[in-house]
Amino acid sequence: MTSARSYIIGYILSVILTLLAPALLWLHIYNHHRFPTHPELYAAAVVLAVLQLVVQLVFFLHIGRESGPRWRLMALFFAIVIVFIVAGGALWIMQDLNGRMMPDQAQMLQYMSEQDGGI
Amino acid sequence: MMTTNAAHRTDSAPVFGFWLYLMSDCLLFAALFATYAVLRTNTFGGPDADALFNLPYALVETLILLTSSFVAGLGMVAASRGSKTGTLSAFIIALLLGLAFLGLEVHEFAGLIAAGAGPSRSAFLSSYFALVGTHGLHVALGSFWMILALVHTAKSGLHQDTMRRLTLVSMFWHFLDIIWIFIFTFVYIFGSI
Amino acid sequence: MFGELTFAAFNQGPIVLGVQIFIVFGAAAVLSLITYLRRWQWLWKEWLTSLDAKKIGIMYLVVAVVMLLRGFSDAVMLRAQQALSVGSSTGYLTANHFDQVFTAHGTIMIFFVAMPIIFGLINLVLPLQLGARDVAFPFLNSLSFWLYAAGAALIMLSLVVGEFAATGWLAYPPLSELQYSPGVGVDYWIWALQISGAGSLIAGINFVATIITKRAPGMTLMRMPIFAWTALGSMTLVVFAFPVLTATLAMLALDRYLGMHFFTAGGGGNMMMYVNLIWTWGHPEVYILALPAFGVFSEVVPVFAQKRLFGYTSMVAATISITLLSFVVWLHHFFTMGATPDVNAFFGIMTMVIAIPTGVKIFNWLFTMFRGRIIFATPMLWFLGFVSLFTMGGMAGVLMAVPGADFQLHNSLFLVAHFHTMIISGVLFGFFAAVTYWFPKIFGFTLDETWGKRAFWCWTVGFMTAFMPLYILGFMGATRRLDHYPAGLGWQPLFIVAAMGVVIIALGGLCQAIQIYVSVRDRKQRVAGPDPWNARTLEWSVPSPVPFYNFAHTPQVEGRDDFWLKKKRGAPPELPAEDIELPRNTSLGMFMAGAAFVAGFGLVWHIWWLVAFALVGFFVLLVARSFADVHEELLPAAEVARLEAAARAQPI
Repeated sequence: MTSARSYIIGYILSVILTLLAPALLWLHIYNHHRFPTHPELYAAAVVLAVLQLVVQLVFFLHIGRESGPRWRLMALFFAIVIVFIVAGGALWIMQDLNGRMMPDQAQMLQYMSEQDGGI
Repeated sequence: MMTTNAAHRTDSAPVFGFWLYLMSDCLLFAALFATYAVLRTNTFGGPDADALFNLPYALVETLILLTSSFVAGLGMVAASRGSKTGTLSAFIIALLLGLAFLGLEVHEFAGLIAAGAGPSRSAFLSSYFALVGTHGLHVALGSFWMILALVHTAKSGLHQDTMRRLTLVSMFWHFLDIIWIFIFTFVYIFGSI
Repeated sequence: MFGELTFAAFNQGPIVLGVQIFIVFGAAAVLSLITYLRRWQWLWKEWLTSLDAKKIGIMYLVVAVVMLLRGFSDAVMLRAQQALSVGSSTGYLTANHFDQVFTAHGTIMIFFVAMPIIFGLINLVLPLQLGARDVAFPFLNSLSFWLYAAGAALIMLSLVVGEFAATGWLAYPPLSELQYSPGVGVDYWIWALQISGAGSLIAGINFVATIITKRAPGMTLMRMPIFAWTALGSMTLVVFAFPVLTATLAMLALDRYLGMHFFTAGGGGNMMMYVNLIWTWGHPEVYILALPAFGVFSEVVPVFAQKRLFGYTSMVAATISITLLSFVVWLHHFFTMGATPDVNAFFGIMTMVIAIPTGVKIFNWLFTMFRGRIIFATPMLWFLGFVSLFTMGGMAGVLMAVPGADFQLHNSLFLVAHFHTMIISGVLFGFFAAVTYWFPKIFGFTLDETWGKRAFWCWTVGFMTAFMPLYILGFMGATRRLDHYPAGLGWQPLFIVAAMGVVIIALGGLCQAIQIYVSVRDRKQRVAGPDPWNARTLEWSVPSPVPFYNFAHTPQVEGRDDFWLKKKRGAPPELPAEDIELPRNTSLGMFMAGAAFVAGFGLVWHIWWLVAFALVGFFVLLVARSFADVHEELLPAAEVARLEAAARAQPI
């Protein structure tokens, strides 16, 4: 659609979502690396990114506002699925292969220290 | 496009076709993101993300590109209202912001290379430069395209063909900002956590 | 000035010298012939600059056949080497040359024979089946073809100027990296594939957009012919898989040209990531090839069994399933390369699952034939050859889907026999069936049946003679890509039989050449009307040969097999002619691809100024295209009426 309002709402939301991730990181440092925790930061960053993706798809790219069959939405959905499979699959496989490679020195020391009688 | 008469023309075909291209580009970036994710710890004794990436700098880049995308959207609003000057002004501002983004990125790359952290230093850096560089290349090509669309609009006004050009280039521009969201998150934010 | 290009690049030994001489004289002969027949104008206007999908389709197929001859020659060389090179004999090819030959064979057959066959067939058939006049983006269609031709030209050039990759058709690192492949071979491979790959991606987008936006009124997706459904599935795979190939080849190029470390042995590179990514593309690729072949058979079987296709809905469901599932099986190409049992098990199971929808298709074809009245014409024979051989080869695939079994059979000749069975009995037999079936529609006369049947038997017997021994050799422990093997293993007799099979296949090709000659010679006696096979789909409602505008009136579709419905009902009332808008001819696609070719050549030989010049040229042409005001021209109604009347006035 061609209403300026759509873009203005999208812009404001996107700016907020963009600033939230560094803000949380700053909060983490301010709290002496205790809150939010690292896993929470990673998760929050991803969630914020996905939210901004949806905001921009809806308010800038006008997804879901097609008249007639929603071909663009279907193509997008398909693309998201394949992206997950390709990227997720690559990560799963490469992690798996990595697990069967020679450990590096730190890992080797760790492993050896866990054996009976220590190093 | 062959039709029996002009009334049967469906101008959604170029938009849908271009949308398919954008979907294919998602997969191009997916492969580059996946490679970055896999290689990001392969620093080969060289600097890692934490050492290299400047989050405030990246935040400025992000806000500039976001604003550029927004202004391009306003340009489309002006175009739909038939305002040629409004359209041209908005898109020129969007273009300038895009070029500013590129300038900042080139500066960042130059700095890294000068500090010995160029793309051939390690697999991590190769994957960083490839991912961010490919996005930058898309922005550069998009900028050329935007200039071309603006020249057409200035020359022949807002009619079906120029509207189509502007629609497609603005779609491309929004798409590139969306990709950047993920670069900002997975490269710069993650690199700073 | 010329980068790394020196005269030494032209000096590649006696075999290549023979080829160079052949090319020079052959090119001279062709150019002289065209000049003598004064056909330059015709060639330029009717073919090279045409945006008619039918013409573009034929050009795809012509170049594909030329590349098939090259790929087949490579196969002959490989079989000859392996039949001879045992024990104390080392055959006639050096190891490096042998490596280049099998790399060229695979690369050419997949990228420059099978892919253009698919694009060519879709161009010829799809718009007509959908009741459309052309594809969604006719200019991009032309560009796609010319980019393919540019890639093919680079491959052909690599034979006579410099060397080709010696890495296998997928060029795994570290062998394909600069350290172990310092010559130009891998670079030729990279750029030929990048250029033609760009053409493929554009074509994929074009055909999906065509199916979604250009169907005739009344043709819902569930009223489309199955060939259109398989085209949709295949082209969707192109759109979503080819970018992964583009990214992967680009990263390999960055390693080679700019010293980066994506897949290198040092610098932290990870070679398995290449293997992972290339197969993420590579598996969908084989379904890109197979799906339209299945689609062809879904058109041919009902017509030659004289019975409606059994199970349309399940065919559609199977096509969609195959499209989706082809994205979750790719690891089965590297079960043996270090993954844990969990990962292997997942991909093994998914590979077995994907066999199921293909099985559904096989059963549907067979059920179509059941209680039909079979016409044993050539297209039906190709189907019968396909269904028996493909099923058998498919079972070999399901066997290898078991990771434990694959540890024995990975990269053995059993694997080689499997995938050749799938592509030859699937894609190639499908292509032959398609040609026989649609030839009369495109050219207005039928192909000779006798020579067609002879070709079928030669190909089928030849294929079995060439590849059954390979299944056995695989179980006996023979791996792929062997240029020499020890004596006393009992392998040589099998290799000799396989070589004889190739000769029989060559006879099949000869039969096809004779078939074309005889049919063209006797074309006045072999005239075909609009509907020589009593078929069911829309393309058979227009005159043969098809007028360049396809349909004088856009059809109003009322059901599946709409043409069949209308035939039953009797002749419809004649509608008055209308103006038709057609895309204008343009040479821009050809020149842009030419610029891409020059850039590719410059990149291969490190002639940087040439690359810059060609890239600038490419963009200048693109910008020029945008300033060309008029892309279409009008065909007035009166002219349409006249052409239509002339086309329909067939001598009986």
